[in-house]
Amino acid sequence: MTEPAKLDPKLLEILVCPVTKGPLEYDREKQELISRKAKLAYPIRDGIPIMLQEEARKLED
Amino acid sequence: MATPVLFDRKLLASRLRRALLLGAETFLLDRVVPEFVERLAAVKRHFAFALDLGTPGAALAKALAECGQVDRIIRSGPLAHLRETSFSRVTSDEEALPFGEEKFNLVVSALSLQWVNDLPGALVQLRRTLKPDGLLLAALIGGETLHELRESFAIAEAELTGGASPRVSPFAEVRSLGSLLQRAGYALPVIDSDRHVVRYAEPFKLFHDLRRMGATNALVERSRRPLTRKMIARAAEIYAERFSDPDGRLRATFDVLWISGWAPHESQQKPLKPGSAKTRLADALGAKEKSAGEKTGR
Repeated sequence: MTEPAKLDPKLLEILVCPVTKGPLEYDREKQELISRKAKLAYPIRDGIPIMLQEEARKLED
Repeated sequence: MATPVLFDRKLLASRLRRALLLGAETFLLDRVVPEFVERLAAVKRHFAFALDLGTPGAALAKALAECGQVDRIIRSGPLAHLRETSFSRVTSDEEALPFGEEKFNLVVSALSLQWVNDLPGALVQLRRTLKPDGLLLAALIGGETLHELRESFAIAEAELTGGASPRVSPFAEVRSLGSLLQRAGYALPVIDSDRHVVRYAEPFKLFHDLRRMGATNALVERSRRPLTRKMIARAAEIYAERFSDPDGRLRATFDVLWISGWAPHESQQKPLKPGSAKTRLADALGAKEKSAGEKTGR
């Protein structure tokens, strides 16, 4: 098994939520980018953020 | 006013995915990529941080990295997570960009923006992600692209069913893109177009290429009835009758529209304010200034 690819830290500087254009929090453990305002968690797969609303996990209140 | 939804973006993504699996056809991209390098060279600038938006495959990003004018490139698009190894990537939809304001010095996009439903909206979003004095350079399919195919299908369909449904996308035109760029807030907008006429031995080769470009019909208003063999055969016949060269090969037109514009910055040239002239026009023309006669009034 190879290590899963890491997220390029530069991406954290430039990415925002595509729905609200608001800030994102990086959850290293779950490998997700969280938009509190949109209540969505965007998955990061093999170091690639999937910034699509339909791929995001809905967050409970 | 709501933007009309022309393209089924999900279907489009799956068409592009299928194209990758079939082995993408890149003849148009292969022509466009070197042109990007040439056009950037003419700008004589260095770009620290660039976004490649929606270009199928990594060829453009690679060429830009090799040309030495761009330090760092991020690739983004609906299928950015598939089948590539180099470059930092972000999967995104061009209609809802996930990038903050004033992040990039350069945004490039090849053969992708023609599928965006809301092009004015996408151009505004892109301008915002550009740093002041950042450059947008994009090539999209437009103009009279595939007019031969559009016509052949319209005639075949009218003959066989008594009606016609949209089979070839509507495309942007040079004229409309200029004002679009200006309204989206770009300075020094430039638009031009390149025509590529490709010759095919038979229409089915063209259909095959379009499939491998992920460019088959993704219009929301497309007919849901599958094309019948009879219709395809008739359209192919009409195509051969009307659009073949003397040697029997068939012409297919692809117009590539180039757009470029800058995020505004105070260093850029602007028109002067009225009344700010320091030389008289008569002096510049070497003419004698004459009175236009007595002023009316008082």
